[in-house]
Amino acid sequence: MKKELICIVCPKGCHLTAEETESGWNISGFGCPRGQQYGIAEMTNPTRVVTSTVRIRGGIHPRLPVKTNGPLPRSLVRKAVRLLDRVEVTAPVRCGDIVLENICGTGIDFVASRDM
Amino acid sequence: MKQYDVIVIGGGPAGLAAACAACDNGAEKVLVIERDKELGGILNQCIHNGFGLHRFREELTGPEYAGRFISLLRQTKAEVLLDTMVVEITPDRRVRCINTKEGYTELKAGAVVLAMGCRERTRGAIAIPGDRPAGIFTAGAAQRYVNMEGYMVGRRVVILGSGDIGLIMARRMTLEGAEVLACVELCPYSNGLNRNIVQCLDDYEIPLYLSHTITEICGKERVEQVVISRVDADRRPIPGTDIIFDCDTVLLSVGLIPENELTRAAGIPMDRRTNGAVVYENMETMVPGVFACGNVVHVHDLVDFVSAESEKAGTAAARYALGKETAGRCIELKNGSAVNYTVPQHIRPEGVEKLCEVFFRVNNVYRDRVITVTDESGAVLCRFPREHMAPGEMEKIALPRALLEKAVGAVTVSVVAKEDAAL
Repeated sequence: MKKELICIVCPKGCHLTAEETESGWNISGFGCPRGQQYGIAEMTNPTRVVTSTVRIRGGIHPRLPVKTNGPLPRSLVRKAVRLLDRVEVTAPVRCGDIVLENICGTGIDFVASRDM
Repeated sequence: MKQYDVIVIGGGPAGLAAACAACDNGAEKVLVIERDKELGGILNQCIHNGFGLHRFREELTGPEYAGRFISLLRQTKAEVLLDTMVVEITPDRRVRCINTKEGYTELKAGAVVLAMGCRERTRGAIAIPGDRPAGIFTAGAAQRYVNMEGYMVGRRVVILGSGDIGLIMARRMTLEGAEVLACVELCPYSNGLNRNIVQCLDDYEIPLYLSHTITEICGKERVEQVVISRVDADRRPIPGTDIIFDCDTVLLSVGLIPENELTRAAGIPMDRRTNGAVVYENMETMVPGVFACGNVVHVHDLVDFVSAESEKAGTAAARYALGKETAGRCIELKNGSAVNYTVPQHIRPEGVEKLCEVFFRVNNVYRDRVITVTDESGAVLCRFPREHMAPGEMEKIALPRALLEKAVGAVTVSVVAKEDAAL
C-alpha cells in the first residue's frame, strides 16, 4: 500500500509518501526527522494536540483558552472536547495550570494556554 | 507635549516585537499604543497551536506566543497605553490619540513604527448576491465571539474561502458542536496552508469545493439557505451547477486588508500590490523616521516572520531616533514573471548587514521552478530552486550584500521554469 500525506508538524507542509513494507511503514519526502515520525504515526496511530476553551469567572474575558499538554489519539478528540463543557475555572489562572486532568485515562491533561 | 524616542502603533505581534527590539537597541523612551483592552492583538483569539516553530522551536498556541512577547516587553522600560486609539500621525512624527481617561493627546516621537495589522474583507468587499439576514460573519469575528467572548455563532455552517482563518474556524465550529457543511473556494486551489487542509477539513470529513462560490444567500431574519455554483476559468458561475445547503450561518474567509488609514492620511507612499506602505530594507517607509512592519505592510502566513520583520523595524527605529540615518545608493526591486509583489520594494545596500531578506508571493501554483534575481545588465545575481510554490505560501529569499553592491540598476525577481534558469 502507498499513501500520499501532507505533514502537519510545521507550517511548511512537506508532501510525504508512506509505503508499507514488510518491516513497517517507509516514509519519504520529509524535511526533518519529526516529519518522518509524523508519517509513521499517521499511518499507525494518528494523534493531535487539541485546543479549545473553558468558562472562566472573574477574568478579563468569559472564556479561557486551553490545550492538551501532549498529543491525544485522533479518535478521542471529539470526546475530549465535550469533557470541557462542564468545566469552569476562576481567575486568576496561570498559563500551564491544569484545567482537566487525565483526559479519558490517557495521562494527558488540558492546561490553560494563557494567564488570566 | 510628551516626547518619546519610539512610538509603536499597535500592540499585536508586530508592535510587541518592534517595541522589544527598539528597547534592546538603545531607545530609552518607548511607547506602545493599543486600542484593545490588552496586548497581544489577533493572537489572543487564535487559540489553536502551530505558532512559534521558527521563533521558539516549539509549537505554541496564539495566546502563548503573545504571552512570551508580553513578558519580554515587561522586562523593558517600555510604556503601554491600552484602550487608546491613534487618530492621526504626521510626517514630522506627531502622534495624536484619544482615550476615555486623558481625552485627546498629542505626542512627539523620534521615530514611529506602524504596526496596525489588518482587518478582514467583508461581504460588501466581494459583493455576494442575495438577502441580507443575520448569520453572516467574517471568520475572524466569529473566532473572537467563540474563543474569547463565549458566544456560539451558529449550528449549521457554510464557509466561503479557504484561507487559514476559514479552515481553522471549520474545525473550531465542529469541535464546538456545529455542523460545517462545506468550505467553498473560488480558486482551483486552497489559499490556506496544506497542514490546515489536513488537520481542519480532512480530519473532520468537511468537504472542500474548489472552483466554487456562493451565488445566493436566502433568509428573512436569519440565514436559511446558501446556494453555491461551480465557476469557470474566468471565475464566472456556470448555470446549472447549483448546490443548495440548508444552513443558518455563513463565515467569510475571503482575505485581509492592511489597515492603513493612518498611513495614507499621513501621505506615506503606498504599494498598490500589497496595500501597504512602500518600504526599504530596514522597514522604513518613504517618510524618514516612520517605519512599518507586520500585516500592515503585507499579509503574512506565519507570525514568526511577523516578529522577525518587526524586530528589524524596531531596531531601525531606535537607530533613527538616536540620530543614525541610512543613506547611499538605493536599488529598486522589480517584479518579474509570476511574482505578485516584493517586500521590501527598495534596498539600500549600505543598510544591509550581510544578507537582505526579500519576501514575495507568486501568482499561481507551481512545481519545480527557480527563483532568479537579475539586474539591468541581464546578469543573474542568484538563483533559488523551489519544488513547490503557491500563492498561499509566502516565499523568502536572502540576497547577499556583496551581490547587491555589484548590481547594475534595478533588480528583478522572477520565477521561471528550470530549463529557462540555466546560464
